[in-house]
Amino acid sequence: MSKVFAKSIWVYHFAASPCNNCDIEILDTLTPKFDAERFGVKLVGSIRHADCMLITGALNSKVLPRLKRILKQAPEPFFVIAIGTCALDLGVFRGSYNVVGPVDKHIKVDVYVPGCPPKPEAMLAGVVKLKEKVLAGEKKKGVKKL
Amino acid sequence: MSKEKKKVTEIPIGPYHPLQEEPEFFRLQVEGEKVVGLEIELGYNHRGIEKLSESKSFDQILFLVERICGICSTSHPFAYVNAVEDLAGFKIPEKAKYIRTIVGEMERIHSHLLWLGLAGHFLGYNTVWMWSWKYREPLLEICEKVFGNRQHYAMMKIGGVRRDIDISKGNLIKKGMEDLLPKLDMLQKAVEDDPVIRARLKIAGTLPKKEAREYCVVGPTARASGINIDIRKDDPYAAYDLVNWDVSLRKEGDVYAKTMVRLEEMRQSAKIIKQCVDKLSGLKGDIDIDIKEIPEGEGIGRHEAPRGEVFHYVKSHGGSVPYRHKVKAPSYANVLSDEFAVIGGTIPDAALTLAAVDPCYCCTERMQATDEKGRKYSPKELIKLSQEKTEEIRKKQAK
Repeated sequence: MSKVFAKSIWVYHFAASPCNNCDIEILDTLTPKFDAERFGVKLVGSIRHADCMLITGALNSKVLPRLKRILKQAPEPFFVIAIGTCALDLGVFRGSYNVVGPVDKHIKVDVYVPGCPPKPEAMLAGVVKLKEKVLAGEKKKGVKKL
Repeated sequence: MSKEKKKVTEIPIGPYHPLQEEPEFFRLQVEGEKVVGLEIELGYNHRGIEKLSESKSFDQILFLVERICGICSTSHPFAYVNAVEDLAGFKIPEKAKYIRTIVGEMERIHSHLLWLGLAGHFLGYNTVWMWSWKYREPLLEICEKVFGNRQHYAMMKIGGVRRDIDISKGNLIKKGMEDLLPKLDMLQKAVEDDPVIRARLKIAGTLPKKEAREYCVVGPTARASGINIDIRKDDPYAAYDLVNWDVSLRKEGDVYAKTMVRLEEMRQSAKIIKQCVDKLSGLKGDIDIDIKEIPEGEGIGRHEAPRGEVFHYVKSHGGSVPYRHKVKAPSYANVLSDEFAVIGGTIPDAALTLAAVDPCYCCTERMQATDEKGRKYSPKELIKLSQEKTEEIRKKQAK
């Protein structure tokens, strides 16, 4: 199963109050120059169709309940890639009254992609890392702290 | 429900919707296919930038305002340095003026190409999306070679620019612009000559001049409705009055006009960049001035971002941090005009019309005040609250 799974990871993009830059770089990764689709990565509109969630941004208090609600709809097995400095450790937004992140304080994250914004190459490397994880048989055991 | 008030169906779009890149919530009220009402709810991107910037030093704020929005990541620093320089009365060296202009215009081109691609995506015409993003890529490469990063260039600095542009890289920029022009022609033809696209764009989301004025729209949205407004011409800063260029104008106000205005703007930007590179090669001298401290006072700064006028207000009471920093982003005015443009159209056109103003919710994000039960405050209640608060502060200070 994991061998087939690793060849077609469908991703869902969740913007948790980012600055948009990671998000446009994610789209950039899908467009002709970097073409993530050759790894079987496809952007889908709903989390119900996805195998993996790309989460960007510092996660504010209005988004957090929505994130939890959306994650409940995710099929199993499910993976999470945190993209960008804000998702990893809040970056420049640390100390803001409305920010409740970082992301891994609330949900389990499988792969971290640092950078502000991470280059498309870095995101591809993240996807490849996830593929390796899947092939090695690491399964997701549900979402932490839901 | 009274008889006059017909039953309307509500379609929620968002906050996390396949069509959107950013989280935002629209409530479309429809009768059959026709849209009769629109409610916009924001707040999903609110990060408290203005409050954060009161705790950072003047130099650190540059990196913060850069991260208000990733697409126009030079516009906010540009307006901010204009505001601080207005506050302190600094004059920047000529070389810095040209470099600032180049950065600003490079950003305009890549932002408009990004919009064009997304508009194609919303139309269901993914070819335009892929092509325009493909042609955006060489520009980002130039940005990486010349400014050091694909986005978030961090070129602005109070009193100048942070890095000089290597003259040998100047030819690289010029060549990039030369290569871009035929691609723009091609994209224009793809939009103009395709009867289906043309028909879709022509009928969707018309915003006439009168309504555009009433909603106070700015940037390409205003210029597509025949309002001649451009901060670069009206209140020149940096090197915009030192180079030769035109404002692109259209009268129709529909999505087609907005597309054409943006395509023309990209050509003008290429023209500006080429002139700036030429003038820069003959210049010698510093790229910034020495700054010891920011004096007391207040200042405003404006910049014509790809989406319209960005406005920053900075107040300083001396010391290393500002007392107040206020940001007004262009989408703040433009998004509200959707209210008019969407109504009367059909549901499939709504998505396109909402995207046509090139909304940036990251820039425009505001806090929404609610009471404990989740009820929203009305504008009048908010004003009352603010007056009460001011009164409290006054009393405290009087003691």
